[in-house]
Amino acid sequence: MDWNLLVTQLMNGLQMGLLLFLLASGLTLIFGIMDFINLSHGSFYMIGAYFCGTIVAYTGSFALGIAIGLAGVFVVGALVEWFIVRKLYRSGHLDHVLVTFGLILIFDTLVHLFWGASGIAIPLPEFLNGQLTLGNLVLPTYRLLIIGAGLLVAAILYVLVSKTRLGMLIRAGASNRNMIEALGININRLFLFVFALGAAMAGLAGMLIAPITEASIGMGNDIIIVAFVVVIVGGIGSVKGAFYAAMILGLIDTLSRSYLDLLLKLVMPNNYAETAAPALSAMLIYILMAGVLAFRPQGLFPPAGVKA
Amino acid sequence: MNWIPAKTSTRIYLLLLLLLAPAPHFFDWIGQPFYLDLLSRALIIGIAAISLNLILGFGGMVSLGHAAYIGIGAYCVGIPSYYDYYNGWLHLGLALLVSAVFALITGAISLRTRGVYFIMITMAFSQMVYFTFLSLEEYGADDGLVIYSRSEFPEWLSMDSSSALYYWIFAVLLLSLYFTHRLVHSRFGRVIVGARFNEQRMQALGFDTYRYRLVCYVIAAMICSVAGVLLGNFTGFISPDMIGWARSGELIFMIIIGGTATLFGPLLGTIAFVVLEELLSSITVYWHLIFGVMLVALVLYGKGGIHGWLSRFDRDKVEDD
Repeated sequence: MDWNLLVTQLMNGLQMGLLLFLLASGLTLIFGIMDFINLSHGSFYMIGAYFCGTIVAYTGSFALGIAIGLAGVFVVGALVEWFIVRKLYRSGHLDHVLVTFGLILIFDTLVHLFWGASGIAIPLPEFLNGQLTLGNLVLPTYRLLIIGAGLLVAAILYVLVSKTRLGMLIRAGASNRNMIEALGININRLFLFVFALGAAMAGLAGMLIAPITEASIGMGNDIIIVAFVVVIVGGIGSVKGAFYAAMILGLIDTLSRSYLDLLLKLVMPNNYAETAAPALSAMLIYILMAGVLAFRPQGLFPPAGVKA
Repeated sequence: MNWIPAKTSTRIYLLLLLLLAPAPHFFDWIGQPFYLDLLSRALIIGIAAISLNLILGFGGMVSLGHAAYIGIGAYCVGIPSYYDYYNGWLHLGLALLVSAVFALITGAISLRTRGVYFIMITMAFSQMVYFTFLSLEEYGADDGLVIYSRSEFPEWLSMDSSSALYYWIFAVLLLSLYFTHRLVHSRFGRVIVGARFNEQRMQALGFDTYRYRLVCYVIAAMICSVAGVLLGNFTGFISPDMIGWARSGELIFMIIIGGTATLFGPLLGTIAFVVLEELLSSITVYWHLIFGVMLVALVLYGKGGIHGWLSRFDRDKVEDD
């Protein structure tokens, strides 16, 4: 067993889990509170990466890129809610799927229009580009930063959701929307804020991953599906559930890609194992989701009071 | 003249089908074989859309993973051909069998859920298919698989020339339209449609709606897999890209353009979609933008799609066919 590889893979899993959480936490709130399916949530992820990349290119400052990029995605999210999504809360899920599918086309083409077809790379500042050596272990600094930032946002979101009045409204909304409306809460403002906040968090995830993968058109369209899996497994509307599910899925996905073939080789001939492992590891999270839906449809950690 | 349908919209649709029949000769005559390709593709996707409409439109089961069955059908041509098995009956039989089994298993799990959960779980299953084909290095993975020769059928059923393939497609299209018509107007279809409007009432009437839905889901999958077989033969090249969830989204889009829960809506929508795609993409590379805006506008402002527009010409409001 190569311990160095294991630690690296654990770090990768943790990193993927936290990125998924940034995407899924907003998605789960929009889903849970507004009962709105936002397929275009991945577009905010992409837009975040492009905003950040552009600002870094102009100013040379990664921190500034993140800060202005976050504000930018927040505004875009708010505009989308204001002009389009708001009109659809009362319609069926099919309409949500269609409109947000249309939004994906719109955002992908707009990015193509403004930034061109090829992706843009985001250079990292020198101090983030290095490596941290701990005994035998070599850890890239930037990955540590992603993990740190992810955990920080998770902590902030935890405080926001469970300790503030706004968070109380959000939780109440996820449990019973009609009730908080009946209690006289301005639900339009709450929805606007939650939608924009979710967009900003998705944007942050895109900004954090872009220096590794570069910003490209359609980058959000694959990961958003995994984020949906996270939302379903964690329980719709539950930020806590999204956190645990994101961690579990991130680790399962990363670790199975490296170690599943070893496991399979214990029970089947080597050449079969090598063929089956990649297919199985790509499917694993979907199998997990199907299992959760079949046996515990409300998810692993549903918000208080929600029964499937 | 009793044989002429009463409704103006139905008359228009039958006329359209009549016009479609001699298409290969027409395009050959005007010397534009490219348009035959375009039309063939539109009709193949149309078959897939018709099958999706069966569950999405009539049954109210919004599946965001229907393109998986196109993929299954296409790979049931591609993989046997890779091993030099070109027998068309084998391809068709395999596609029907594999799609039925896959739909039975995944449908049995998916249909236990409702609403958003159903949308998400169908998408998850189609992603499983997508990733399976993506990871099969032997069959080209993401580079795709070239099919060097079309499925082999007896002489009179051969699909080797492009006009012969067109008639295959056209025949399958007519069959699936007729089948859908009969199915929807049968007792079975009434139960499916009834369960969309009020499931509890159907259950109270003593129908096991779960079973009806599952059978409907499997039928839709099998029809769609035939579209996949045709698509594999038509393009001669298959790749996991034709299974991605965006493809399923496009299928829904086409149904909405044409009109959900109508017999001809999906076909109209698909033809409109493919023609628009071709037109717009020849004008600008940014044609997706126009599509996206159209889609948003269609949902926000226009209900009923093309069929809704055409049926305004129907004099008396008969029930939807």
